[in-house]
Amino acid sequence: MTDRRTVYETITGLIEPFNKKGVSLADATTFQGDLEWDSLTVMDFVASTEDEFDIIITMNMQAEIETIGQLVDVVMKLKA
Amino acid sequence: MTETTEMLRVDATPALPHDLMSKFDGLIAERQALADSGVRDPFAIVMEQVKSPTVAVIKGKETILLGTYNYMGMTFDPDVIQAGKDALDQFGSGTNGSRMLNGTFRDHIDAEEALKEFYALDHAMVFSTGYLANLGIISTLVGKGEYIILDADSHASIYDGCALGNAEIVRFRHNSVEDLDKRLGRLPKEPGKLVVLEGVYSMLGDIAPLKEMVAVARKHGAMVLVDEAHSMGFFGEHGRGVYEQEGLEGQVDFIIGTFSKSVGTVGGFCVSTHPKFEAMRMACRPYIFTASLPPSVVATAATSIRKLMHAHDKRRHLWENSRRLHGGLTAMGYTLGTEKPESAIIAVILKDQAQAITLWQTLLEAGVYVNMARPPATPAGTFLLRCSLCAEHTAEQITTVLRQFKVAGQAVGVIG
Repeated sequence: MTDRRTVYETITGLIEPFNKKGVSLADATTFQGDLEWDSLTVMDFVASTEDEFDIIITMNMQAEIETIGQLVDVVMKLKA
Repeated sequence: MTETTEMLRVDATPALPHDLMSKFDGLIAERQALADSGVRDPFAIVMEQVKSPTVAVIKGKETILLGTYNYMGMTFDPDVIQAGKDALDQFGSGTNGSRMLNGTFRDHIDAEEALKEFYALDHAMVFSTGYLANLGIISTLVGKGEYIILDADSHASIYDGCALGNAEIVRFRHNSVEDLDKRLGRLPKEPGKLVVLEGVYSMLGDIAPLKEMVAVARKHGAMVLVDEAHSMGFFGEHGRGVYEQEGLEGQVDFIIGTFSKSVGTVGGFCVSTHPKFEAMRMACRPYIFTASLPPSVVATAATSIRKLMHAHDKRRHLWENSRRLHGGLTAMGYTLGTEKPESAIIAVILKDQAQAITLWQTLLEAGVYVNMARPPATPAGTFLLRCSLCAEHTAEQITTVLRQFKVAGQAVGVIG
């Protein structure tokens, strides 16, 4: 139903308001290293992603997610 | 300055391929920069003498304490002190053991009895600190495959309780009933769930909409734990906390509290309505694998808790102080953490670390101690000066504090 490209585009759209440095985004972009997000930004972004897809990304799952690609995969799995 | 500088001096790094301490280089540099700027270190205050719940001597100067958790001013209560002295004489200085083995004395039981009387509940369990109470209850209660749903602004001890256990952790936006409802609604129905809330959030001094939140938790079949550390003694008719004020008696499964705030000593506890609660003593590692509180501490706690049940005048005076400080600071043009005085904590929001530290130091030099708080302890990356009131602050002390806030705020350029 949802293809990976659509999920990727939705997620990069959600990242934009938090992408203060204008980093160019790709599957391998990391939240901490490339986007330089602190824990509060992560919290805000995760909440908006959860609401967008109507899912729960537990803190346990969040600990394993470092890149945009990994997040897209998690969302795909949760929506499956 | 000398002791600060010395403490920060970095000696030659040990000759190892990977120095585990190098991850703290950023912190060391930040503190060094602070020290080099010539300000006093807000995290290295020493009280040379403590004269009362509201006055201490810091660097030889008599200082009004406006940044302690001694909300009800019980630390110098003569009955409380006498109870501690008697226990020292009769039971010695320590227990040398765990609550499970040789570390339960008469007064540990008495402190638990005092808590049952105070809360009018059947079960109470005393821990060695409030931090351990959250660590122990949260990590033990919620197991693998079950869910903890917590407010994003929760205290570190709640987060650490989550980290120690094996449950799935879900956060919701601070104090948002709608956000909590949505998240609970997305979780699978079957597994057990615990919603963790706080009565008063200690950084901004704001209170939780507990009535709505508990209703939402119940609707989704979740149990509820409320940490009432910063509300015990002066919320609700019997001083039980925000949950009592909101009329939620019997609807909160677990209440966490501490002896280190209104009670005026140190220690933590959980009280519960649950008929099987006593089983927790046999499973809770932060209860079992640590030393129990010294007899003098539990004796002072028991005496203080029983006095707090009837401390109506103190409660009234504490609220008066809170309203007066909040009103006075608002009138001067300060930005505060809450629009109205919601608790005994009044947070002054500042624009950055430099402004916060300069105002903090100016106040300290004028004889007023408040807390400087910064991220990650504070929400939304804010820098603030946190004032906490005491029932023993006199009207004259509040007048002095307000005058110093005016002078210091104008000197630093925070207010006009």
